Amino acid sequence: MSGDDQGSSRWFDDEAGPVVRPYAMTRGRTSHAAQHRLDLIAVVVTEPHVDDPEPDPSLSPEHVDIVELCRDAPQSVAEIAAELDLPVGVVRVLVGDLADEGLVHVTRPVPPAELVDESILRDVISGLRAL
Amino acid sequence: MVLGRSERGKPPVEPVTLKILVAGGFGVGKTTLVGAVSEIRPLRTEEVLTEAGRPVDDTHGVEGKNTTTVAMDFGRITLRQDLVLYLFGTPGQNRFWFLWDELATGALGAVVLADTRRLEDSFAAVDYFERRSIPFVVGVNCFDGAARYPADDVRQALDLDEAVPLVLCDARERESVKEVLIEVVRHAMAHTADRRPRVTT
Repeated sequence: MSGDDQGSSRWFDDEAGPVVRPYAMTRGRTSHAAQHRLDLIAVVVTEPHVDDPEPDPSLSPEHVDIVELCRDAPQSVAEIAAELDLPVGVVRVLVGDLADEGLVHVTRPVPPAELVDESILRDVISGLRAL
Repeated sequence: MVLGRSERGKPPVEPVTLKILVAGGFGVGKTTLVGAVSEIRPLRTEEVLTEAGRPVDDTHGVEGKNTTTVAMDFGRITLRQDLVLYLFGTPGQNRFWFLWDELATGALGAVVLADTRRLEDSFAAVDYFERRSIPFVVGVNCFDGAARYPADDVRQALDLDEAVPLVLCDARERESVKEVLIEVVRHAMAHTADRRPRVTT
């Protein structure tokens, strides 16, 4: 616990949890006007025209992470949260920001009750069989 | 306006996503079941809960005061490039019931895992899905060393509606879990067919 060898030993470790309070990343916002409670399996897709979001000063590092993560393969909200180790609520707000900026779009899952096309469910069954 | 910018390959496929919930008491094998079929190591996501989202009368001035985190395990099965099934293990503790509502919204169906040694742990989940008419099947996880009971006895003990499928399974076995999931989808199909207004006949 000496203060001399800074950098090599910190007085806290990963077990202590994040140093930044989760909602500091969202500047205190816990909801987003555009999010309409994004489902955990809503898929976030980076817009193809978005090149490198890093120079954009209005974006936080977490915003940039999401844009990068969803560029090659679209990711569900739950996967983004797990991958970036952020609470789902925080991811929702950040994704809402990115959607507003036109950097990503979100495809909402179809509620099964509205799955008029039963063939999707048949495809699920045959897909599971084939695993 | 068409700019001369070259595209980065072709746009990625945006999959249709579906979710199935895996419920049941603590230690009944939910995470094991998810892990048996998921193509990814079960991931864990955390939801930070604030009291503001709960139907309490007076939260004025204390919004976001009491926060707690709940971990949810989930897995992914890519059935086709454009069709992805997610499995979510519901939080086991009863005090997180309200979180289930969010998970259950838009769910295709659910598995209630049961252990014959502690059937009562499954009552709450069965009740939850019955009340919300979310199609579910009961999977009796056949633990080594637990006595085997005929399916009918378990069904009776759980007071299951006869339309609810009950399957014996082994949450560690991929093939067994596949069968359980297929049963959920089949049941969900029958369920929606029943509820759909008959306009044609």
